[in-house]
Amino acid sequence: MPLPTPFHPRTSKLCTSLLYKDWGGYYAVCAYGTPFDREYQAFRQTAGLIDVTPLMKYEVTGADAGRFLSHVMVRNIVKLKTGRVTYCCWCDGKGKVLDDGTVTRWAEDHFRVTSNSPALRWFQNAARGFDVTIEESTDRIAVLALQGPSARKILAPLTDPDIGSLRYFGAMKTKVCGIPVEVTRTGYTGDLGYEIWTKNDHALALYDAIFSAGKIHGIEPCGLDAMDVTRIEAGFILHGIDYFSAKSCLLESQKSTPFEIGLGWSVQLGREPFIGSAALRAEKKRGAARALVGLEIDWDDLERLFDEEGLPPSVPCHGWRDPIPVYSGDVQVGRATSGVWSPILKKNLALATVESAFAATGTPLLIEQTIEFARRKVRAVVVKKPFFDPERKRS
Amino acid sequence: MAKRYDAIIVGGGHNGLVCAAYLARAGRKVLVLEKRRVLGGAAVTEEIYPGFRFSVLSYVVSLLRPQIIRDLELPKYGLEILPLDASFLPLPDGRSLTRWGDWERTRREISKFSARDAEVLPEFGKLMVHMSRFVKPLLDMAPPDPTSFDPRELARLGKLGKSFTELGPDLQRLKYKMLTMSAADFLDMWFESDELKGVMSVSGIIGTFLGVRSPGTAYVLLHHYMGEIDGVFRSWGFSKGGTGGVSLAIARSAEAAGAEIRTDAPVAKVLLGGDAAEGVVLENGDEFRAKAVVSAVDPRRTFFGLVGKEHLDDETITAIGNYTYRGSSGKVNLALDAVPDFTCRPGTGPHLYGDIAIAPNVRYLEKAYDEAKEGDFSSRPYMNIVIPSLSDPTVAPPGKHVMSIFVQYAPYHIKEGPEQWPLRKDAFGEAVLSTLEEYCPKIRDSILHMQVITPWEMEQEYGLTEGNIFHGELSLEQLFFLRPTAKMARYRTPVRHLWMCASGTHPGGGIMGASGMLAARELMKAGGV
Ligand SMILES: Cc1cc2nc3c(=O)[nH]c(=O)nc-3n(C[C@H](O)[C@H](O)[C@H](O)COP(=O)(O)OP(=O)(O)OC[C@H]3O[C@@H](n4cnc5c(N)ncnc54)[C@H](O)[C@@H]3O)c2cc1C
Repeated sequence: MPLPTPFHPRTSKLCTSLLYKDWGGYYAVCAYGTPFDREYQAFRQTAGLIDVTPLMKYEVTGADAGRFLSHVMVRNIVKLKTGRVTYCCWCDGKGKVLDDGTVTRWAEDHFRVTSNSPALRWFQNAARGFDVTIEESTDRIAVLALQGPSARKILAPLTDPDIGSLRYFGAMKTKVCGIPVEVTRTGYTGDLGYEIWTKNDHALALYDAIFSAGKIHGIEPCGLDAMDVTRIEAGFILHGIDYFSAKSCLLESQKSTPFEIGLGWSVQLGREPFIGSAALRAEKKRGAARALVGLEIDWDDLERLFDEEGLPPSVPCHGWRDPIPVYSGDVQVGRATSGVWSPILKKNLALATVESAFAATGTPLLIEQTIEFARRKVRAVVVKKPFFDPERKRS
Repeated sequence: MAKRYDAIIVGGGHNGLVCAAYLARAGRKVLVLEKRRVLGGAAVTEEIYPGFRFSVLSYVVSLLRPQIIRDLELPKYGLEILPLDASFLPLPDGRSLTRWGDWERTRREISKFSARDAEVLPEFGKLMVHMSRFVKPLLDMAPPDPTSFDPRELARLGKLGKSFTELGPDLQRLKYKMLTMSAADFLDMWFESDELKGVMSVSGIIGTFLGVRSPGTAYVLLHHYMGEIDGVFRSWGFSKGGTGGVSLAIARSAEAAGAEIRTDAPVAKVLLGGDAAEGVVLENGDEFRAKAVVSAVDPRRTFFGLVGKEHLDDETITAIGNYTYRGSSGKVNLALDAVPDFTCRPGTGPHLYGDIAIAPNVRYLEKAYDEAKEGDFSSRPYMNIVIPSLSDPTVAPPGKHVMSIFVQYAPYHIKEGPEQWPLRKDAFGEAVLSTLEEYCPKIRDSILHMQVITPWEMEQEYGLTEGNIFHGELSLEQLFFLRPTAKMARYRTPVRHLWMCASGTHPGGGIMGASGMLAARELMKAGGV
């Protein structure tokens, strides 16, 4: 049975829909109200407040912490400056991705890593020979994400020292209305936003402080359904949906390299060997077999197929995540793994894994859609990710 | 030597801008000339009071053609539509009826008034979807010419006929009823609750000088449902930054494609060479030449103003003279210090995030119309209210709000004569506020600024002849291949090289952009540019 997070006493009062799901063993709100449009709009127009406590967290400390993480991660973490965050993935010895997450450097010898699935054993095994300690802090640290164009306006006046000048992927320790917190300029919505980390004891006071200050700025409590729409618009992949951890795959073909899931840019090879580096070097030379791309599904074509059935076109308003085949002509060349109708872009979007030959921007493809119980093929085209990339995200 | 354009568009309303954007994207050299300092026409945002951005006239986007949004890549140029979450009907007796995006919740609300109505509403909705499927294609095509022997025209007519046949006999009968019945009578066939029927019937009368029991208003209900169908693609709501945001996104898209847009550029006359338009002259005397002139102002302004009766034949003068406007609505915009508190549903909440109707029942609406027929504004009018600042923080300072109130009836032709409207303006504003006070008793305390727009001002300042919000009544005799007149229904005019592209042409008013798009297409197809 899932557990409540430290924010549960507040969020459960607001969650009139009673729609929860189990996220890493915790109750997580899917949507506070029905429909969830307003929550989505908050992320894009004002600010949405979402409890992201269930994200797994590991504290990596010790003289070798940086060197150790460079050994585990595909990125050269020793170069990460204190007060900065980076996003990357880690692989097994064969260069197959195990998980992805952020790494924040809080001090010379203290990093925090987030992950989607348990990684303690993997990290500890990899730590042999390093002067480093790895501890899980998931249960001790409560986290809120405040995301949206008004996030800075809401949070900055509450903080001392002021987070107003905190840059994209920056991290700092500060106080929110006197409550000690850590703030990172990160998030999963592809918008201007912050994640605010605090000890469980302070969780409710933190929630109240942010929520009440946010009222006049149109803050809304937001659930996972709304975040899912934004993360697809932002082109962010989801572990267990768009790719699978090598640990959990039954077949070799189910595993992916970073190059195959759109994280090739984060692989830094010109340095000391790290876990999976030999395989990744070879793969880089050879070229990846697959690629994770953005697809834009052709609306006119979809509308035409609906019209043939005598129906007005319709698309689900939730993000979908059941994999569906993608074709070039009659040949299947991949699968779309998640997608959504983007209210802000007015486009029907999907994330898809396709054979590399079909991954270039502009490649015309076909995606299967079930219309009136029949499987049809709808035109789609490969487009650049992120689909939605506002300037304010970096501002 | 003056610069030569392929096309000059007179008027920077959203239709003129859409037309310009399509022409520019097809590589034509286009110039848009707008009289006012701001673009948008009736789809405009202005900072009337410091820090508060009013959607001065039109206030929700519902029928903007999804195809135009895609073709012109409007989201890329800044168009953002924020959904309306609910429809709130406060009642003077302390009850209220809110229709939500959540169907079961709506059913519970309506059941408080009539369980039978709650049950039949989805069936009614289904019928409307069927019927809309017949009407919707009409919005996206130039009307065929029924008098033509051109086989292509006949084929197009035939196709429409076919989709009508496909409706089947029951729906066909219903369709005829819709074309002839009044909105309220049509709703009587399904519903019993007077409150529900009242608030549903108003979409049949918005912008017309008709009452909910006037024949022909049922048809307009369909337009409302079409907005909802397109709502699947989420194009039903507020435009971020106010309604002018729509116009500005279109303008940016047009400019990116090379169109030139000038504001503060009132056109005095269309320049004629023989029987053909050759360009325009501004009020300041500047002249511009082009292969085609496209008028994005209403038919009367176009022919009696820009062209001049002296250049028209009698038939055209009669037809344009008979085209009716008879504006019937006004607008009040408020800058507020706080969120208004409705007695029947106190506090801030999602019921305020959508539109709020003051339309307690059918009789109330009929009474409002009776006063208008007598040449006065309604002392207790129908009002459609939105508070966009609850969803869009860019239109008011934090914690403050803008309230947009669409008011009907405010007939252009008051008994004192339209030019006497300035003397009646304060009384009109007062009628609106005292009506609102019956639902929000403390509203006056929070008003920081109040803008009242009478139909007279709509005409004088915003260029809407007789204050008609749609450039002419949306009555059946003025729609489709009859809009604005039988001879000019396809964006052409009796003046060669002079075209029309605004709401006075098919498919009519509202922020649809369809007229602008279809006119651009016809113009290019005819080789006019
Ligand atoms: C109070 C009100 C509320 C409304 N509410 C809604 C709503 O909520 N939703 C909706 O969909 N529709 C609504 N409408 C209707 C809708 O706004 C109009 O039908 C539509 O905006 C008209 O667009 P247009 O481009 O055809 O014409 P206009 O917007 O009228 O554009 C004509 C332009 O031409 C300019 N012009 C005039 N004369 C000259 C000249 N001589 N030289 C140069 N320029 C000139 C004008 O300044 C204007 O910019 C509303 C209208 C009003 C008035």
